Amino acid sequence: MYEVLDKKIINEITKMLVVQAPDIARVCKPGQFVMIRINETGERFPLTVADFDRKKGTVTITFQEVGKSTRLLGSLNVGDKIMDFVGPLGKPSPSDKVFGTIVAIGGGCGSAIVYPVARAFKEAGNTLITINGARTMDLLIYREELESISDEFYETTDDGTCGTHGFVTTVLGDLIKQGRKIDLVFAVGPVPMMKFVAKTTEEAKIHTMVSLNSIMVDGTGMCGACRVSVDGQMKFACVDGPEFDGHKVDFDELMARLNAYVDQEAVSNEKWASEHGGAE
Amino acid sequence: MTNKEKKAAPKGKGKPPTKKAAPKRKRKPPTKKIPMPEQDAKKRSHNFDEVALGYTAKQAKAEAAKCIQCRNPKCISGCPVEVDIKGFVLLVAEGKFMEAAAMIKETNSLPAICGRVCPQETQCEATCIYGIRNEPIAIGRLERFVSDYARLHGEPLPELPDKIGKKIAVIGAGPAGLTCAGDLTNMGYDVTIYEAFHKPGGVLIYGIPEFRLPKDVVMAEVEFLEKLGVEIKYNHVIGKIRTISELMEEDGFNSVFIGSGAGAPNFMRIAGMNLINVFSANEFLTRVNLMKAYKFPEYDTPVKVGKRIAIIGGGNVAMDAARTSLRLGAEAMIVYRRAREQLPARLEEVHHAEEEGVDFNFLVNPIEVLGDEKGSVIGMKCIRMELGEPDDSGRRRPVPIEGSEFDLDVDMVIVAIGNSPNPIIPESTPGLKISRWGTIEINEETGMTDVSGVFAGGDIVTGAATVISAMGAGKRAARGIHDFLNK
Ligand SMILES: Cc1cc2nc3c(=O)[nH]c(=O)nc-3n(C[C@H](O)[C@H](O)[C@H](O)COP(=O)(O)OP(=O)(O)OC[C@H]3O[C@@H](n4cnc5c(N)ncnc54)[C@H](O)[C@@H]3O)c2cc1C
Ligand SMILES: Cc1cc2nc3c(=O)[nH]c(=O)nc-3n(C[C@H](O)[C@H](O)[C@H](O)COP(=O)(O)OP(=O)(O)OC[C@H]3O[C@@H](n4cnc5c(N)ncnc54)[C@H](O)[C@@H]3O)c2cc1C
Ligand code: SF4
Ligand code: FES
Repeated sequence: MYEVLDKKIINEITKMLVVQAPDIARVCKPGQFVMIRINETGERFPLTVADFDRKKGTVTITFQEVGKSTRLLGSLNVGDKIMDFVGPLGKPSPSDKVFGTIVAIGGGCGSAIVYPVARAFKEAGNTLITINGARTMDLLIYREELESISDEFYETTDDGTCGTHGFVTTVLGDLIKQGRKIDLVFAVGPVPMMKFVAKTTEEAKIHTMVSLNSIMVDGTGMCGACRVSVDGQMKFACVDGPEFDGHKVDFDELMARLNAYVDQEAVSNEKWASEHGGAE
Repeated sequence: MTNKEKKAAPKGKGKPPTKKAAPKRKRKPPTKKIPMPEQDAKKRSHNFDEVALGYTAKQAKAEAAKCIQCRNPKCISGCPVEVDIKGFVLLVAEGKFMEAAAMIKETNSLPAICGRVCPQETQCEATCIYGIRNEPIAIGRLERFVSDYARLHGEPLPELPDKIGKKIAVIGAGPAGLTCAGDLTNMGYDVTIYEAFHKPGGVLIYGIPEFRLPKDVVMAEVEFLEKLGVEIKYNHVIGKIRTISELMEEDGFNSVFIGSGAGAPNFMRIAGMNLINVFSANEFLTRVNLMKAYKFPEYDTPVKVGKRIAIIGGGNVAMDAARTSLRLGAEAMIVYRRAREQLPARLEEVHHAEEEGVDFNFLVNPIEVLGDEKGSVIGMKCIRMELGEPDDSGRRRPVPIEGSEFDLDVDMVIVAIGNSPNPIIPESTPGLKISRWGTIEINEETGMTDVSGVFAGGDIVTGAATVISAMGAGKRAARGIHDFLNK
């Protein structure tokens, strides 16, 4: 059992939990994830290690409530226990390497996932430009955290309520047009966002890494649920990734596969809503 | 396979030849195994309860009484872990069921499981001397009976020797790891098992379905080991949370056994493998067995169930996926590129699958999975095969018949063409010798890898094989570890 030591409500749909998991905290690296099963009837689902404290033995997860499992997780309080918490899984980001100038892009909840990686990039000696995007101002997260580690910091909202009116790719495109020297773009967010980031950098041939959120069951390479096509090859996101070269990923296939269970997800969601009231 | 064919032949012919040497005594007609009660095929194809119900005490005694107690029994050497079959069968005949169970447990720590899933027809029963003229003694059914009997009547714990004061880490709680851990504990070692999943058993829990191997049976065997003092740490993926060298250098383990299995699913190199409704058998079975998706939405994990499901492959895994599909309400068809005689699955599973209504397509190979614009499966293009020259394994190689392509009308595909070793441990353990197939190479005699003090066995060494061979490997390694630490 893994105890929840702290909880923060970041906005209406985004929560943060600090979980006691000393063995994972001791060795996890930016870019890795954990598999969670909240209780006996729960499903296993992945969340990125958004932060960790090796001394205190804690792992932080930040997540958006999009369905049954994330809602249930968001309903836990300090002192509650998570049944299974497995990790650290996946390959770490190459965040201890010096590339030069890096543009880190977070969209929606992706900003929380980008944060530990961007911080490590910065600590390794890279110049860090960060673009933080969301649909609307209330959904922008990790604003101060990201700003504090960035050499340059931009924000975008789809509706113009904060920062640049537009998408993260609007700012990224401008930077490229200005002829800025960019050595690496690292983007995490909704699949369409990552797809358009990769499109934006393709012509300028800027190396682009994305973190894929395919559906997972075990998270250790045993089922193939998470398979993605990268450069025409079948890869398992949980063991070969989750980070891949954005110019080689088949995003359309990933989007189709993410929709595989929409009907069942709706059933679970409705069941949750009818049992707990509220929420969609 | 060949054993099976040989065995089947005389049975059908009826009377043995009587011309030569006038018979001194009248020969009885060949006997058959006492049938084991089963759930009705129609009924069971809609539930997940166990199919075979097991012998009653009376049936077990009658079956055991047929054993002729050979002076040079062949059954024992047919068993990969050399259970004293002759001995335990005699005890069954005498009604001494607890003693019989204890005798099996001396060499086989998971008998209730083996009695259910071992391919007896190619092992102990294939070599049974009584079986030359008759159907062999139903050794598997007897093993199952006595271990179930012992479980229900409360097995006493064996006496353990004094603790040696040395620590062993076992990676993986599958049959190989559990057996190795049990044997080492019986020798007095302190054993900790590290298991990646949240439940023990490996394939026994996440792969083999409830209707063939009830999970209570597996859990009881594991609890028995825990009572002996084996500690199991779940949610520990070794290579990620801890490496093998850290276990030995920092955590004070004197030796490590790797029993991590061959869990990584293979897919075919044909178009359409990443369509939404194409699954590995591992994913499909894990969702249903480990995560209990058949109870969705009471359990949160969903599973997809098509109307017509093609299952590619002909082994136990394919049979399990097909029979699980049926139980979830689908039509299930096996698509196998070789002929019926070459099916690698246990004979009993093939019979059961047929009885339950699984449709078999032999000498058919998929060449493309067809999808619609949303990425869902709408059919599978296949080609018919014929048997050509024998290949390296001696089996006649299937070759495509030109121009025989046709489309199979299915809306879901399950791929059950085999599993490969998971790369996490090989990648995180420098010094291990890894074969072309990703398996770990060991010294056959001792079970030790190229890294001193690190042993391995089971599917991670052999590639996907059987429960009993994994157990045999776990036993050998336990002996190897003991010898290594007492050099
Ligand atoms: C490596 C990785 C890291 C991730 N990190 C984070 C994170 O830090 N924060 C965060 O908010 N989200 C993260 N996700 C996504 C998160 O796993 C899903 O949002 C979550 O599983 C949804 O479950 P649900 O029951 O709440 O929603 P559901 O109603 O089940 O589904 C909502 C959507 O989530 C996706 N999803 C459903 N089940 C799974 C599953 N088992 N695995 C992956 N995706 C699934 C589906 O595409 C679906 O459209 C990550 C995903 C991956 C693969
Ligand atoms: C569906 C199916 C049906 C089968 N039917 C039969 C049958 O009827 N009869 C028969 O004899 N055989 C059958 N087999 C084959 C048999 O189950 C296997 O040969 C046997 O289980 C192998 O045992 P093992 O201990 O080597 O590995 P496994 O049973 O695979 O166990 C390995 C364990 O190690 C764990 N693990 C893996 N990596 C790590 C890690 N890095 N850290 C910690 N833990 C890890 C896994 O989670 C797993 O629990 C079947 C297999 C399948 C898939
Ligand atoms: S070979 Fe058959 S008949 Fe002979 S002892 Fe073994 S089980 Fe009995
Ligand atoms: S989640 Fe099962 S293989 Fe990646």
